[in-house]
Amino acid sequence: MHAPFYQLGLFNNDTALFLAVVIGIGFGFFLEQAGFGSSVKLAQQFYLRDLTVFKVMFSAIITAMLGLFWLSWLGFIDLSLVRILPTYLVPQLVGGLLFGVGFVMGGYCPGTCCVAAVTGKMDGWIHLLGMISGIIVFGELFPLISDFYSSTPLGELTLQQVFNLSHGSVVLLIVLVALAGYYGAEKLEARHRSMR
Amino acid sequence: MRTPKPYLNPYLAGIGLGLVLLSALVVMGRGLGASGALSSVVTFGVNIVAPSHTQSNTFYKEYLSTPTGNPLNDWLVFEIAGVLIGGLISGLLSGRVRRTVDKGMRATNIARFVYAFSGGLLVGIGSKLARGCTSGQALTGGALLSVGSWVFMIAVFASAYAVAFLFRKQWM
Repeated sequence: MHAPFYQLGLFNNDTALFLAVVIGIGFGFFLEQAGFGSSVKLAQQFYLRDLTVFKVMFSAIITAMLGLFWLSWLGFIDLSLVRILPTYLVPQLVGGLLFGVGFVMGGYCPGTCCVAAVTGKMDGWIHLLGMISGIIVFGELFPLISDFYSSTPLGELTLQQVFNLSHGSVVLLIVLVALAGYYGAEKLEARHRSMR
Repeated sequence: MRTPKPYLNPYLAGIGLGLVLLSALVVMGRGLGASGALSSVVTFGVNIVAPSHTQSNTFYKEYLSTPTGNPLNDWLVFEIAGVLIGGLISGLLSGRVRRTVDKGMRATNIARFVYAFSGGLLVGIGSKLARGCTSGQALTGGALLSVGSWVFMIAVFASAYAVAFLFRKQWM
């Protein structure tokens, strides 16, 4: 096994922080290139006029998912050293529902909001201020909601465990779902263009 | 003023993002994030105003537990600093950096700001409750096939579609 490099002790924390900036630059660059610095562009996803959000998100997920699967299959990366966030089912479901309302209302998610702000979008700065306020509200209310926050813990649970399938089968299924989704997205966009 | 260049093909942009995410996983053994970095920044601020308060609150305390005890000495804080730089570079190269309010033709600036702030508030609370946002949960957790991340992602889209009609005027 050769990776993950940091977990195998190939470099220290200072180097890790330097690499964080480099990786962040790549992240911010492609978010902006995708058009995600614009709330109007992002919001069109929710009116089925422009499905860029879906296309970008799923091709990113598939690229990383397939890369990780192949690198693990080749014996290059030890997947047990890759950190998976533990599942807390109900708080994550409720958090997602609140997040979705905020997304279509405010137009950004945390990462895209940063890209919007830095490219001069005033609504991006206001949205950033809203998110910071939201985190403070959450922090101040935390003693009251910490029981709910830690409820329904399922540990580091993966889809292959839940559906009792192999890693490769789940990867294949997600690729197939995404391909069907891309086909549908192109159809929807073509229909919208022809209506204008 | 230069006319902005068109956006990158969405599939190519997605592959680019995916390769950045993959490199984070291979190099660091962890994925991308955004809301976590904001939480560290918030904790940094609260810690200056009321240090005893951050010590007694388990939420803030978690973000204080960095190697130096400074919440800003955190991987995601450096990563999000990179996001700001990368976004700016891309915007400058494509002629898209300018002071503007992004909104639909029929929306007023004031309405847009009220919605942006309120939406941001909900996004902030939601991402904390879910232990991550579209970067940490949807993209990273999605690629790692985490159940909670996929539940989060489906919930985000379901609720956004369900209430989208309420905000239509802002975006058209």
